[in-house]
Amino acid sequence: MAMPEWLRLRRANPIDPDQAAQWTKCPKCAAMIYRPDLAANLWVCPTCQHHFRMHAFDRISLLVDSDFTEIGGELIPGDPLGWTDKVPYPQKLQRDREKSKLTEGVVCGFASIGGCPVALGVMDFNFRGGTMGTVVGERIALLFESARERKLPCIVFTASGGARMEEGMLALMQMAKTTLTVRRFHDAGGYYISVLTDPTTGGVSASFAFQADVVVAEARAAIGFAGRRVIEQTIRQKLPDNFQTAEFLLEKGAIDMVVERHELKGRLVRLLDYGLGAQRPANGLAAQPATDTRPAPAESRS
Amino acid sequence: MNVIVEREKGLLELEQRIAELKSQAAQQPVDMTAEIEGLEAKYAQIQRDIFGQMSPWQRVNMARHPKRPLGSDYLAALDVFDELHGDRHFRDDHAIVAGFAKLKGRRVMAIAQDKGRDTKEKVRRNFGMPAPEGYRKVNRLVRLAAHLRIPVITFIDTSGADPGIGSEERAQAEAIAQSLYELADARGPIVATIIGEGGSGGALALGLADRVLMLEHAVYSVASPEGAAAILWGDAARAEEAATRLKLTSDDLLQFGIVDEVIPEPIGGAHRDAVGTVARVLAAVDRALDELVQIPVDELRDRRYRKFRRIGSGTIS
Repeated sequence: MAMPEWLRLRRANPIDPDQAAQWTKCPKCAAMIYRPDLAANLWVCPTCQHHFRMHAFDRISLLVDSDFTEIGGELIPGDPLGWTDKVPYPQKLQRDREKSKLTEGVVCGFASIGGCPVALGVMDFNFRGGTMGTVVGERIALLFESARERKLPCIVFTASGGARMEEGMLALMQMAKTTLTVRRFHDAGGYYISVLTDPTTGGVSASFAFQADVVVAEARAAIGFAGRRVIEQTIRQKLPDNFQTAEFLLEKGAIDMVVERHELKGRLVRLLDYGLGAQRPANGLAAQPATDTRPAPAESRS
Repeated sequence: MNVIVEREKGLLELEQRIAELKSQAAQQPVDMTAEIEGLEAKYAQIQRDIFGQMSPWQRVNMARHPKRPLGSDYLAALDVFDELHGDRHFRDDHAIVAGFAKLKGRRVMAIAQDKGRDTKEKVRRNFGMPAPEGYRKVNRLVRLAAHLRIPVITFIDTSGADPGIGSEERAQAEAIAQSLYELADARGPIVATIIGEGGSGGALALGLADRVLMLEHAVYSVASPEGAAAILWGDAARAEEAATRLKLTSDDLLQFGIVDEVIPEPIGGAHRDAVGTVARVLAAVDRALDELVQIPVDELRDRRYRKFRRIGSGTIS
């Protein structure tokens, strides 16, 4: 499979050359961190273990074996509402494209993880707060449709402030659209793992994020439906610090597991392996066991 | 303060004057025809001025009018209604009223959001904002309807899903996601009608349907105008501006292909003829079901898939 230019560059040098020599401050414990050290530590603060929000390219680069074939990357949103506030919506999009080097709020494609071929979607908070508009909805729909056709398991990393206001009801309807594709994927025997990262809220949490077979959350991620500020305004009191964190949801029984970023890839490889029995592609790819660290006999899983 | 209620005041006073004059005219030998006709003409003029061209913000206020027919009014107008309660896990959410019903002789599962009329009922119904247990009741009943092969009809009227601590603790997001997931696969026809306010995901959770109907002055939006203004500009007071930008009226949504049919309201809004409005809505739902029940189930689900699959695709390049 192919390796896109950005992935090749990420692999050669995980730090953006423009920012390589910069120091950055941990928003949690205020420790000063040298960016190359931060990158080497998977964007986790070495002092307090705070998980920085990750760029989709970094996430993919750390996760996949060596290949990534993007789908839907060419899709660009229009301006269906003719939206203008401080600046016209198309300008906001242009600004975010330049700033984030992404074309939209999710990157979708095919890859292998630990030897297991997957359909992979990674949302990015850097692009309009990871909000779901028509293109995010379309790419996610394409991802599940292609995963169904190719009989691949599907992994989606979510990071989203919810539906995108500037695309109005067309944005909200992406919840219905993505749901229908997840449902079809499931009905065809598909295996779906979602990884909720900081933050996962609103229309994304209330659709495909919580429709997975296994719902994983990254440590200390903020996850919920209503935004924290909305709740505080409604009830007129301050919420406890741990409210709407991954750990809070785990305790309430809403998610399957909370995983530290350093453990995440290994855990996903194991979770993928459990699905290989059910998801046996016609091309026989699933007959090859995922390379994992367990001593399980590979021949028993053919 | 509701801007429609404010603007309506003069009109209602005039209406009363005319009624008084008419009753006087009937009792007294004096001819008051000219005076009555003059007032009636004035009345019609004011009515056209107020309701002829309503702004999006006025539509929002019409959708929130305190006298507008509520979900329960639609359920009460069905031939029979047998309410089914609770999510079987936590409690019965009164923001959603649901159960077996018959619509013009046809067995249906009817599900309605209800904001409550007076203060006491509003509190009991949490102002029509469902909690996760409300959506889980819906999930259960949609499955039951599928099991019995009966159509589902929903009536949407909510400012949004409940944003409280308890609702988050019980995974509001999961409950809504699951509601969409159930409707996506329902093995019978689904007809959804937006009767008042269609606020965000909390409304859409009842809106994934084969046919989506909408009352003329109802609104349906990605977030409430106040919520959108707070998100975008950190200022809920700019709700009127947000309402204009969000394209939340029935004409807008018909154009986007999000709504299939708009049901006209009497001049002055649904509450000016509540009984007639409810009857027209139920007739439209019945007509939609007449068509949908003819479609084989696999074809029906296929069409449902395609209907939502294409929404928004046309605006992408």
